[in-house]
Amino acid sequence: MKFLISLILTAALSFAICLYCPWWSIAIVAFLVAALIPQKPFVSFLTGFLALFILWFSLTLYISNSNEHILAHKVSMIILKQDNPFALILMTAGIGSIVAGFAALAGSFARKTK
Amino acid sequence: MRILPFVITSAITVGLIVSLNTNLLLPAPLGSLLSPQQGIWQNAEDDNYNFSADLKFPQLKGKVNVYLDDRLVPHVFAEKENDVYFVQGYLHAKFRLWQMELQTLAAAGRASEIIGDKALAHDREFRRLGMVYAAEISEKEIEKDPVIKGECDSYTAGVNAYINNLTESELPIEYKLLGYKPEQWNNLKTALFLKYMSYDLSGHEDDFEMTNAKSFFSPDDFDKLFPLVQDSLDPIIPKGTVFDSAKVKPIAPPNVDSVYFGNKDLADVQEEKPDRDNGSNNWAVSGSKTRSGAPILCNDPHLGLNLPSLWFEMQLSTPTFNAYGATFPGAPGVVIGFNDSAAFGFTNGGRDVRDYYEIKFKDATRKEYWFDSAWKQTDFRVEVIKIKDRPDYLDTVAYTVFGPVMYDKSFTGGRTNGKNYAVRWKAHDPSDDLRAFNMLDHANNYADYNAAVTNLHNPGQNCVFACKSGDIAMRAQGEFPAKWKGQGDFVMPGVDSSYMWQGMIPQDETPFQYNPARGFVSSANQKPTDSTYPYYLGRDYPEYRGLYINRKLTAMNDITVQDMMDLQTSEYDVFAEMAVPVFLKNMQEDMLSEKEEKYYSILKYWNYTDDANSKGATIFNILWKEFTKVVYDDEYADAPKIIMHPFESTLLESVLRDSTYKFLDNINTDRVETLSDDVTDAFEKAVVEIEKTDKAGKLEWAKYKDTHVSHLTKLEAFSSLHLPVGGGTYCVNAIKADHGPSWRMVVSLKPQTEAYGIYPGGQSGNPGSKYYDDYINKWVEGKYNILWMMAKGEEKDQRIKWKMSFSN
Repeated sequence: MKFLISLILTAALSFAICLYCPWWSIAIVAFLVAALIPQKPFVSFLTGFLALFILWFSLTLYISNSNEHILAHKVSMIILKQDNPFALILMTAGIGSIVAGFAALAGSFARKTK
Repeated sequence: MRILPFVITSAITVGLIVSLNTNLLLPAPLGSLLSPQQGIWQNAEDDNYNFSADLKFPQLKGKVNVYLDDRLVPHVFAEKENDVYFVQGYLHAKFRLWQMELQTLAAAGRASEIIGDKALAHDREFRRLGMVYAAEISEKEIEKDPVIKGECDSYTAGVNAYINNLTESELPIEYKLLGYKPEQWNNLKTALFLKYMSYDLSGHEDDFEMTNAKSFFSPDDFDKLFPLVQDSLDPIIPKGTVFDSAKVKPIAPPNVDSVYFGNKDLADVQEEKPDRDNGSNNWAVSGSKTRSGAPILCNDPHLGLNLPSLWFEMQLSTPTFNAYGATFPGAPGVVIGFNDSAAFGFTNGGRDVRDYYEIKFKDATRKEYWFDSAWKQTDFRVEVIKIKDRPDYLDTVAYTVFGPVMYDKSFTGGRTNGKNYAVRWKAHDPSDDLRAFNMLDHANNYADYNAAVTNLHNPGQNCVFACKSGDIAMRAQGEFPAKWKGQGDFVMPGVDSSYMWQGMIPQDETPFQYNPARGFVSSANQKPTDSTYPYYLGRDYPEYRGLYINRKLTAMNDITVQDMMDLQTSEYDVFAEMAVPVFLKNMQEDMLSEKEEKYYSILKYWNYTDDANSKGATIFNILWKEFTKVVYDDEYADAPKIIMHPFESTLLESVLRDSTYKFLDNINTDRVETLSDDVTDAFEKAVVEIEKTDKAGKLEWAKYKDTHVSHLTKLEAFSSLHLPVGGGTYCVNAIKADHGPSWRMVVSLKPQTEAYGIYPGGQSGNPGSKYYDDYINKWVEGKYNILWMMAKGEEKDQRIKWKMSFSN
């Protein structure tokens, strides 16, 4: 239950904060959620990781689908040197999830120190 | 106990963020780039994006409604004239901000700010050419003209209104990828953009190359290699037109033969140059030659083909004027288009208005230079060039009575002779060129047109005009220096005033044509007149497109819009029509091997049409290139690296005129080679490349030519590559690899105007929009969009997809 709440909270707050703040504020969100809702370090990591994976994956997939992947085709050629919109979406999700995962892990250790 | 893991994981998190938010470790800040809510994903425009909006700006004097049609063309209806320019600026910025800023940065010699010191040479060259100096003079002219100042101020305010409300996520993708932000627009930037067009269209000269050719070749050979007129010339203003004697009579200096024409100096300067094929076609046929009885006006400017396109299509409507056509993102008004009464267009004049003077400085400080028997003070202008990730570069440029000393010891241009060259360029002179477009947009008749275009001083343009009353006209417009014969063809001495430009050709001596008996006017960058015009016009003019257009228009009657489109997209190669028979007549067929015979027969049965699938066109082009080498390479073997080569027309017309043309002989052999020897030799050499091309599967003309419309950054992913399109330099449809008809327009001035147009691009500058390049395929196919001059009351028309309303 804690896992699910943390997951949803991390994803929802990350979405909200990015409407106004830079992308890396997802790390603050993941850190705080993990610090306030105690879970085992690995589970916290997984929570942050999954939350942002799901959020960023679904956001980019939605955006790119509505765009008929016009942009993703082009940008994947620039960044990945191959025409692969899906890989670019995965990469995006990966970036968000790794940052949020480590931030959540740090958050869970912060809790334990108190 | 958990402090260590906390510190470690926190450090990893911070490290990840820093490396993903900067380019310290990665080539790009991937985190900020790919973040779905701010990065590049925000540039992925929804397929059903809703462009409608309700916007309020206190700068507006009244209401403005913008109706965006299904091609994303804005039809702007303003209650107050200047409001229309505010909204034009806003929309240019909304759809083309990155490009308009980049072009002005490049014009201002500020590219290093964005891409680093690899642009420093370009930036210095542009600063030293006086691009900013010229734009500042233009800006002062804008300030003096209340009408144009009002127009530009509104335009600038509109651009800034968009920039100031731009959020991080809405930034054009190029800013995100290159990592910078737009700055405020101002009237100087508009002036800079126009100077960029001046550079593109009136910045071309070959003074250093010609100087070296004059020094290297004997006077007799020089005249054979660089004739002033080609036999086939069919000038813009037809032969036989009577001109009055010149009002301004420039006098050549007394020492001209020894000091100037006879000078054997070499000047090895390598310059950055605009494409010499920056040209265009335009013509208007009078109602007497059309089926509908109404005049038809056509124009297609040939420029570098880029994405986002140089052009943006729009309709501007106010109580005082209603114009539709191609606009320049970066400047107010409609540039090539039509209004309720008339249509107008341009081709480049191509006159030489950029000359060099050799300056003698007193010493290395460059503080004084020798002029009219005395040491004269130079003015210094310090150009501060900001460079990305590097300290500023300060470039001190000396200004003389001629203009800026472009090349000197600090900026050699590859020169090794230690000399200093000042540039005299017409674009430095004050002129109010924007007024020409403003007045054309308002023009109702021939008198209005005349009054309008005389404001256009630089770049000089052949201005075509037609109006509903039936008038057609053409003016070889511009303010041009009255030169004595040969003035400015070579670098001139800069030690006194005797070689300076002595005056400008008066506007009332501008060659023009008004309702000629032949029923049409036309221009395609050829020489504006024959030699009876009392002013010197130089030699660098392409003749063949004009020749073909005039041939067709003369023969045509009962002309329809479709006929005009067919002519505009004609791939008939009139140069090949003249050249191929020379090859066929002189080829020693018995010398050809079986393989050579195969390619030869393709050439033999070619129909002189550069269509996409033509193999003959490719073979001809390779053969012509080899033929040129066979004829001239021996004479040029010991020439300086920087030297003028003859125009293709010179070689063609020389061998047409004289089959014993002097240069046909190879000077390195004992025997005297003939035209037949050279043609056969060239063909045998050409077959090597032809066969290679054939084996690579690229013998079809489109594949060989490989036309592309590249993004301004040259990023392939944002470009349109390998277009299956024909045409060529000598076709009316002058599509080369990266250059060609940047806007095609056909306007039939019937009571209800019927207009068509297309450009190789799309209205949106966003590579993530489906409107980014949606016209390209149609352009390739030679098809046109209907240019719809929307009328009041048509707001409910099904073509209207979105409405933006602006109010104060």
